[in-house]
Amino acid sequence: MRSLRLDPVRQQAVSVSLATGAYGLSLGALAVAAGLDFWQTMAMSLIVFSGGSQFAFVGVVGAAGSPWAALGTSALLGVRNGFYGVALAPILRPMRGWRFVWGAQVTIDESTAVALAQPAADPQARRTGFWWTGVGVFVAWNALVGVGAIAGQYIGEPQAWGLDAAAAAAFLGLVWPRLATRKAQAVAAAAAVLALALTPVLPAGLPILAAALVAVAAGWSGPAVELEPTEAPV
Amino acid sequence: MSAYMWLWVAIAAAGLVSWLTKATGHLVPERWLEHPRVLRIASYLTVALLFALFAVQAFTTGRSLAFDARVAAVAVAAVLLWRRAPFIVVVIAAAGVAAALRALGWG
Repeated sequence: MRSLRLDPVRQQAVSVSLATGAYGLSLGALAVAAGLDFWQTMAMSLIVFSGGSQFAFVGVVGAAGSPWAALGTSALLGVRNGFYGVALAPILRPMRGWRFVWGAQVTIDESTAVALAQPAADPQARRTGFWWTGVGVFVAWNALVGVGAIAGQYIGEPQAWGLDAAAAAAFLGLVWPRLATRKAQAVAAAAAVLALALTPVLPAGLPILAAALVAVAAGWSGPAVELEPTEAPV
Repeated sequence: MSAYMWLWVAIAAAGLVSWLTKATGHLVPERWLEHPRVLRIASYLTVALLFALFAVQAFTTGRSLAFDARVAAVAVAAVLLWRRAPFIVVVIAAAGVAAALRALGWG
């Protein structure tokens, strides 16, 4: 059984992958409660494959927003991943063909966080961390989204089960680790006030998209910041 | 085309946009994206959108503000997050609080 012992990088990759499964389970159930069917839930999970974007898509559809508002919100929540690619590119080059297709697809918070947590002097460990975490999360996440979606189909009236409250708690849990600074808290508060104020006057979904303007205003000037990946799906 | 089919189209488009965003980071020269203003806006974008999603999900029904069983549920969720409870515990506890209050006829 000696071969089953994993080195520390792979152990970290596996534990992060298993931990994200819990988020996947929630997403699968909430997606079905929001009105996606099982196949739509699975297709979205496999091809969008970025926790924040998927929760956002489901949240906007569940709030009776149009598919286009859901698309816009999910796209904006995926912008982060573009910056992760910039940080990862020097470590992963060269990537060609299918390797590039997969490498891009698993460029997410968790794989970036584990890769960059390895010493800069050990590019092999960074590559291992990226690929093991990326592929590990892809497998665990999508498997548990499927389980959640199947379970969700057996839940009758979503409100009687409190699934609308569960979705709200899920968004709070996703954003919680990013609320550490005063500035982030101020941005969050302003975004909430703007979205709630616009709810009576704009079609569903658009008040959420409008909250992106708060980020533009807050980020227009100020000290330089780093984009920090987390080991959670957002 | 039916609403169901449009939802499929939006899912496919969201997948394409997601992959293109990820791929762009690997392909473009670093200096194109590493502008301080772009980085700041990108970092606040996640917080602003997720918290707006939270607020709308917790405090609105349709196009009006609503304060019902969800208020108590997210208050419990916030306390659990502050106490560093795991994500799945927070989500299930919030569902349980809302379901229990509604079973009792409130909210």
